[in-house]
Amino acid sequence: MRNVVELRNIGMKYQSLNGEIPALENINLEVYEGEFVSIVGPSGCGKSTLLSIVSGLLPPTSGSVLVKGEKVIGPSKKIGYMLQKDHLFDWRTIFQNVLLGLEIQRAVTRKAKEYAQRLLETYGLSEFSHKYPSQLSGGMRQRVALIRTLVTNPQILLLDEAFSALDYQTRLAVNDDIYEIIKKENKTAIMVTHDIAESISMADRVIVLTRRPGKVKSCHNIKMKMDKRTPLSSRKVPEFQTYFEQIWKELDVHV
Amino acid sequence: MYKHRQNYADVSHPLTSSPEHRDFLRRVRRQKIMIRFTQIIILILAFGLWEICAALKIVDPFITSQPSRVFNTILILHQQGVLVEHIAVTCLETIIGFVLGTILGTILAIVLWWSEFISKVSEPYLVILNSLPKIALGPIFIVWIGAGPAAIIVMTLAISLIVTILEVLNGFLAIDKEKIKLVQTFGGTKLQIMSKVILPASLPTIINALKINVGLSWVGVIVGEFLVSKAGLGYLIVYGGQVFKLDLVMTSVLILGVAAALMYQGVVYLEKLLVKSHE
Repeated sequence: MRNVVELRNIGMKYQSLNGEIPALENINLEVYEGEFVSIVGPSGCGKSTLLSIVSGLLPPTSGSVLVKGEKVIGPSKKIGYMLQKDHLFDWRTIFQNVLLGLEIQRAVTRKAKEYAQRLLETYGLSEFSHKYPSQLSGGMRQRVALIRTLVTNPQILLLDEAFSALDYQTRLAVNDDIYEIIKKENKTAIMVTHDIAESISMADRVIVLTRRPGKVKSCHNIKMKMDKRTPLSSRKVPEFQTYFEQIWKELDVHV
Repeated sequence: MYKHRQNYADVSHPLTSSPEHRDFLRRVRRQKIMIRFTQIIILILAFGLWEICAALKIVDPFITSQPSRVFNTILILHQQGVLVEHIAVTCLETIIGFVLGTILGTILAIVLWWSEFISKVSEPYLVILNSLPKIALGPIFIVWIGAGPAAIIVMTLAISLIVTILEVLNGFLAIDKEKIKLVQTFGGTKLQIMSKVILPASLPTIINALKINVGLSWVGVIVGEFLVSKAGLGYLIVYGGQVFKLDLVMTSVLILGVAAALMYQGVVYLEKLLVKSHE
């Protein structure tokens, strides 16, 4: 398998007047095409920082990120980013929201608009395309946010705690939704979460980070014995509990 | 899979009207009528009392004026053909003042948002300018610009500009940083952050600044007219005071009140047009 994302010796230090805060240290990671990797770690371990670095929004203090062999120096069209909240703009209709990324990249063409329309249709939102975000449920809004990212046609999706703003039931449903969309559109995904269960249920591989400064503590290849895996069905097999206990121990959570 | 669509409750659909609901609506309507009725009664009582007290010489109408005299003054001004002119001059100065104040203030707020350096450098100056009573600058403007409408408009700007800058800038800074990050993840430039997020998200703040500015512009215009003018409601008030024609003063003040209220309502209407609620 080809790797699409490669992190080489990533280190990050934040500077402040009171001194230096090391956030990440010596992170090496390869992500393969079509793979779903999730990163878990104690809060404040630099998970989100890592995603910002991969996306090119934040230059690392040391090391480099390669996407398809090219060094990342700024936001790239190959990468789509999903934030914690959907951040749909309430002054734009759903369709206008979906076009935001294209507008910014000056790529609004008839073809792109048709693609956006088709995505909305495929994922059950076409009847809402002229409504405003406040008229949609939380789960639907998150789906719109994903489509907004997908229309710019990135190969890699970064999900930064993308479900944590949703209530638990909606979250389980949206996990399934988004997972299916990502698999169907054949995207590579890197997800950051503090939810162990979520990370196991969605990922092919779970990376555990240590507390600050974040280093890679361990890697778990998640293998479930089932035909058609979905996040919800993954939660029901016995392996799930085994993985959960392993990762829980490694996270070493103290209250 | 996409079944939670059914969760979408169509709240805008009118409820089938039960007797309780109709009863509720009736009570709400009655409450509304009572409020409006009381408001009108207070107005009539106040003016009636004023008229009667003056007519019975309980108060001296030479000093307090009187509604019927105000009415006559309006008629006289109208017959002289100057009523509309005075109102128009003042209203025009106010409108120019607050439109300019809002536009310039927003532009300067954009500059301060754009460059943190400029923003930090200008901070103490803004603080001083904001606390300085701008009316003190009146004589300076008259000497520099000359006695005329231009000096009045500059006076208005002096009063409203700094408040607008601070108000709009605070609005800009209060916008969720994650929304900005969203634009950046698509590779957005600073100009795109401004045009796609900051400005549209700040429209309510800017309209709010407009509301504050209407009030401040009236202050600026009237002060300006007190100082330099040859026409306008502020001029009539000062002139009336100097020649001890309280009828003229009261008339102008009443007209001013009505004009200011109408202009405020105009901005509220504009707000309804621009800031559509997407609920």
